[in-house]
Amino acid sequence: MNIHEYQSKQILREFGVNVPNGRPALNVEEAVEAAKSLSSKVCVVKAQIHAGGRGKAGGVKIAKTLDEVKQYATELLGKILVTKQTGPDGKKVNRLLIEEGSNIEKEYYLGFVIDRVTGKVVMMGSQEGGMEIEKVAAEMPEKIFKEYIDPAIGLASFQANRMAYNLHFKPEAIRKAQAFMMGLYKVFIAKDCSIAEINPLVVTKENDVVALDAKLNFDDSALFRHPDIEALRDETEEDPKELWASREGLNYVNLGGDVACMVNGAGLAMATVDIIKYYGGEPANFLDVGGDSTPEKIATAFQIMLEGGQAKGIFVNIFGGINKCDLVAEGIVKAAEIIAKDGAGMPVPVVVRLEGTNVDRGRQILKDTPIKNVIMAPTMEGGAEQIVKLVEEAKKNA
Amino acid sequence: MGILVDKNTKVVVQGITGKAATFHTKQMLAYGTKIVAGVTPGKAGQMVEGVPVFNTVKDAVDATGATASVVYVPARFAADSILEGVDAGLDLVVCITEHIPVMDMIKIRRYMEGKKTRLVGPNCPGILTTDACKLGIIPGYIHKKGHVGVISRSGTLTYEATFQLSAAGIGQTTAIGIGGDPIKGTDFIDALKLFNEDDDTKSVLMIGEIGGTAEEDAAKWIQANMKKPVAAFISGRQAPPGKRMGHAGAIISGGKGTAADKIKALNAVGIEVADTVAHIGETVVSTLKKAGIYDECHTC
Repeated sequence: MNIHEYQSKQILREFGVNVPNGRPALNVEEAVEAAKSLSSKVCVVKAQIHAGGRGKAGGVKIAKTLDEVKQYATELLGKILVTKQTGPDGKKVNRLLIEEGSNIEKEYYLGFVIDRVTGKVVMMGSQEGGMEIEKVAAEMPEKIFKEYIDPAIGLASFQANRMAYNLHFKPEAIRKAQAFMMGLYKVFIAKDCSIAEINPLVVTKENDVVALDAKLNFDDSALFRHPDIEALRDETEEDPKELWASREGLNYVNLGGDVACMVNGAGLAMATVDIIKYYGGEPANFLDVGGDSTPEKIATAFQIMLEGGQAKGIFVNIFGGINKCDLVAEGIVKAAEIIAKDGAGMPVPVVVRLEGTNVDRGRQILKDTPIKNVIMAPTMEGGAEQIVKLVEEAKKNA
Repeated sequence: MGILVDKNTKVVVQGITGKAATFHTKQMLAYGTKIVAGVTPGKAGQMVEGVPVFNTVKDAVDATGATASVVYVPARFAADSILEGVDAGLDLVVCITEHIPVMDMIKIRRYMEGKKTRLVGPNCPGILTTDACKLGIIPGYIHKKGHVGVISRSGTLTYEATFQLSAAGIGQTTAIGIGGDPIKGTDFIDALKLFNEDDDTKSVLMIGEIGGTAEEDAAKWIQANMKKPVAAFISGRQAPPGKRMGHAGAIISGGKGTAADKIKALNAVGIEVADTVAHIGETVVSTLKKAGIYDECHTC
C-alpha cells in the first residue's frame, strides 16, 4: 500500500526523524494558511500524488511570497500531472504539501528495502541524491553502499556510522545522519514497511540532516496490525475497477486493453494475459478469482470486466484444482442471469476453457444451459486464439 | 524415489481442525499419505478423519515420531506455527498459508539458520511425490509416475503443467510448489540440488514468474552444476512494472525481475523456455528428445 509524501513525513516526525515543517492543503485557502504558519520566508508547494518524478513534471514549486503560494496552489490543484511513473494518462492533483524551504548544501539517497536473496532488510545509501537509485545501480553501482541488517540485532550503530562515513557526510552532520538512519529503520520495522526511501536526504548549510522527500510503502499482508496505516489509504489514487475488485476479494489489475480474462490462480492468470497478447490481442486485465470462488463472486468478476464497456470479449481460463469446474460453470450461468436479463445472452463474446476437477460436470452445465455468446473452447490455445479473433471481428463490425 | 517425501514419511497437520485443513487431510489420506497426527491448541484428544489431535507439535512428534508437517494455519498465526515445527526438530515444514507478513518471514529465516528443518513455502500448493505422498493441496489425480521433477512458484501453473506432462505421456517424480512470496524457505536452486541428486529424476521443469532474480540465479547454478536437462516456463511477460500480479512476490521493481530478463538468462545457458503456457508439455518433450532420454521418460 502507498501513501502520500505528507503522510509519510508525519509518520517520520512521530518517530523523531527530521523532516521540514509543513502542512497539507486541499484548497488554495488552506495552502495560503499553511504558508503563513511556517517560519521560513521561502516555501515549497508540492503536488501530492502516488508517483515519483514530480519535480521534473512541474509538480514542485518554490514560492517566495504568499502571492506566489496562492498562484502555484491554484495552478497545481486539479492539474493532471504526467510524470515518468504515472503513465501517459497522468494523475490528478487533489492535495498539496506546503513546506518550509531548506538551505541545501548537499543531497544524498537513503533507502531501506527487503532483499529477497538474503531474506534481510538492507539499507542503501549513495551520494547521488535526487537521482533514481535504479539509474545509479545500473550506471555506477560502485557508488551505492549497502548494509544488511540482522533481524535479531536490528540496525547496529556501527552500520549507521559506517554508512555515514562511506557517504562522506561532513563532520558536523555525522551524528545527525546516524540518528536519522536509526530512526528511519525504527519506522520501517514498527510499521511493516516494504520500502522506505528518502530521495533526497539533504544536509543543510546549518548542518541539519533532513528528509526533503519521503516515500513509504507498506506490506499489504501486515496491514491487519496497522489500522492507523490502513486509514491513510487515498482511494482516489487507485484505479476504480481495482478498488472495486479488492473490496470483493478479487485480485484484479487493469491493463488497459479490450480482451478481458478471468482465471483461477495468479500464475495461470499472468500466463493467460501473456497468451492473449501472443495471439495479437490487447489484454484488458489480470484477474485471479481464487481457489474458492462462489457463483456470486464470479458474477461480480464479470460485472467488473464489463464495466464501462472496456471488455470487448472475455476469456475464462480455469484449471480446477481446489476450484471445481462445475462451480465455475454455475457461476457463469449465474453471471448471465444477472448481466444478461431475459436470456439476452452475454453482451460480448465469452470463450470458456475448463479443465481439471469435475470438468465433465462443468461442461455439462454449460451445455444444458446454453447462454447466447458463451462458447466452449476445447483447449486453452484454441480458446485464446478464438477470443482474440472474435474481438477483432466485433471491432471491425462496430 | 523422488525428493523430500515418500510413502514412509510420517506427517503432522498443523491447524488440522480448520475447515480447509480437514478437507485436505481427507484428500491427503486418500492419496496414501501417512498422516499420523494433527495439532490444534486446546483440541488434544479429538480425532479428525481418524487422525489423533495434539495440543502442541512437540506432543505430536513425541507420540508418533512424525518428521514432516504441513501448515494450514491462518496468516496471522502461521509464522508461529512454522517456528513451532522447527523447534520440534521436524525435517520438513510445508506452509500452504498465503499473506504471512514479510517481516515475520524475515525473522523465521533468521531463526532457521543452523537448524536442520527445511521449509517449503509459504504461499504454496505443497509437495507431491507421485503415488506415494502429498503434503498440501495439489490435486493428486493429474500426476502420473515417471522421471520428471517439477518446481513452480505458482499453484495452478503446477497443475496445468503436470496435466500437460501426463497428457503427453511424461510422468513425474515429485512436484514441488515453492510459493509466490518474496521471502521463502526453499528456492529454485535448493529444489534443483535435490532433483540433481535423485536417481529417479532424469529431467526437471521449472516454472517461474516475474519478480526477484531467483530464476536468473538458478540459470547460473544449472550451468555450473546440473547434470540433467532442464526445461522452463516464465509467466508475466505482459506485466507492467510496479504492479503486484496476485502473488506478493510477483512484481517488477526498479527494472528488475522482468520475464524478458529471466527468459534471456535461461536461454543463455541452453534452457528451452515455452513461449506460451499452452506449450509447456511440448517444450519438456522437445528437451527430453534433444537429450536423448525421451523414451525412458515416456512412462504413461
